[in-house]
Amino acid sequence: MRAPGGSAVAVGDVLLSVENVSLSFGGVKAISDVSFDIRKGEIRAIIGPNGAGKTSMLNVINGFYHPQQGRITFKGETRSRMRPYEAARGGIARTFQNVALFRGMTVLDNIMAGRSLKMHTNFFWQLLRFGPALREEVAHRMRVEEIIDFLKIQDIRRTPVGRLPYGLQKRVELGRALAMEPDLLLLDEPMAGMNLEEKEDMSRFILDVNDHYGTTIALIEHDMGVVMDLSDRVVVLDYGIKIADGTPDEVKRDPAVIDAYLGVAH
Amino acid sequence: MHLLYQIFVDPFVQMGTAPDLLAQTLWEGLVSGVLYALIALGFVLIFKASGVFNFAQGIMVVFAALTLVGLYQGMTRLGVSSPAIGAYLALAGTVVVMFLLAVGVERLVLRPLVNQPDIVLFMATFGLTYFLIGLGEYVFGGDPQVMIADQLHLPRGRIDLHLLGGVVQLQKIDITAAVIASVLVAALAVFFQKTRIGRALRAVADSHRAALSVGISLETIWVIVWFAAGIVALATGIMWGARSDVSFALEIIALKALPVLILGGLTSIPGAIVGGLIIGLSEKIGELYWGPLLGSGIESWLAYVIALIFLLFRPQGLFGERIIERV
Repeated sequence: MRAPGGSAVAVGDVLLSVENVSLSFGGVKAISDVSFDIRKGEIRAIIGPNGAGKTSMLNVINGFYHPQQGRITFKGETRSRMRPYEAARGGIARTFQNVALFRGMTVLDNIMAGRSLKMHTNFFWQLLRFGPALREEVAHRMRVEEIIDFLKIQDIRRTPVGRLPYGLQKRVELGRALAMEPDLLLLDEPMAGMNLEEKEDMSRFILDVNDHYGTTIALIEHDMGVVMDLSDRVVVLDYGIKIADGTPDEVKRDPAVIDAYLGVAH
Repeated sequence: MHLLYQIFVDPFVQMGTAPDLLAQTLWEGLVSGVLYALIALGFVLIFKASGVFNFAQGIMVVFAALTLVGLYQGMTRLGVSSPAIGAYLALAGTVVVMFLLAVGVERLVLRPLVNQPDIVLFMATFGLTYFLIGLGEYVFGGDPQVMIADQLHLPRGRIDLHLLGGVVQLQKIDITAAVIASVLVAALAVFFQKTRIGRALRAVADSHRAALSVGISLETIWVIVWFAAGIVALATGIMWGARSDVSFALEIIALKALPVLILGGLTSIPGAIVGGLIIGLSEKIGELYWGPLLGSGIESWLAYVIALIFLLFRPQGLFGERIIERV
């Protein structure tokens, strides 16, 4: 039995640090001057009410958005502008709030697509689908089968994902991100729109991923109960400003957090 | 009564009494069908991977063929004496040009317009069409050219088959075209379904941001599809050019790809093939047996009528993906 509340993996050095990041769209400030860090091996939650800038923060980390100010340091390397596929190459995988799968492709192909970066045979072998290209395909297929077993989706491997129920789609999306063997896994509301049972399943998978692969995870979540059970440390955003940062217990007691969630009489 | 007889009985009596003529017509239908299918294939490739309907596909066929002939003439002027060596060098050169074209299109057209609505990209391919027409005319002149079929060792002459009490003539170049088309199609199908790059192409077609998140670079994928479409255009240009000549009039034929695509479905490679064959066959058969009823010349518009009927009953085409929106 693992202790409730957070990762069983030894938490280590800083993996990613966000320093004074500001992002605005025209006149709208989505994030202002936010700093926090993510340590190796931990489960880090980013929470906050609607419109707090959580997804924007994730988009900044994996290069979909470029912040106007501030720096992001990942694995000791600081960069200001990075393209999403460069982030992926560097070891950042993610899922999306409203599932972004390749709908026409099967579960297997979706997860195999997650291994694109790990496969290197050139165009001509690929065209022939022979020799090295075939061997590579087989080797990666084995890794993908492991993930499929891990997520218990063996029976749907050949189903086009567009036909799956929402909860399973979210699981496949997690599988695709895992196939990248990321150093940092970003989960944007992994439990959004799920029923209680599905939420429990997903929570278990997230803990298992952290346990089994030692993956560092940063997740956004609305459900406070889930966040408190899952994460080691929580950062709270409100209107693009960081209002709290600490362990779930500290954050829960923080008056600024309570105000932001429950509203406060002025 | 007489009209009904002419429509429903006469043509079939003719087919029965002259089976060799029917076989010949079927063959010719299939051959032009293969060429329509090749053009449609170029459209499907780009549409599948980027959701862009590439209006310039037709002109890319002409441009590729002109480049091939132009480079060959250049080689001869430079003193490459052996026609075969010159022709194959020109072929390699054309492949390089098509690659550069793909890179150029990605850099100058697609990249600045990323995340724009599809209609904007579609209009951009119009621009590309007129640019290529202008460039082609400027560099190679506006006169029709003769395809260097012999220099490329494409077979010529014909085979006479004695069957069904008559002679059916098969042009060797047509057989070659059919073989090349089949090989191209089979290779592309395997490539799309079974390989990493093929999977990446389909992934990009499905969702740009998901593709980006797993580390697929849109830029590379776009260059690859446009290059593949360029190679298909080159093959089409050679085959078509060998049957008639290479001129900008070929571009009109690209319009025939539209009914083919409506029939086959915009997203289906097999659909492009079957659609092409159906259009090719119905044009030739329709012209020969039902044409006289309408004063002939129906070959030029029959394809569009068939497409129209298809749109009424099966708008997604024979093999296209059915569009279902969940509400």
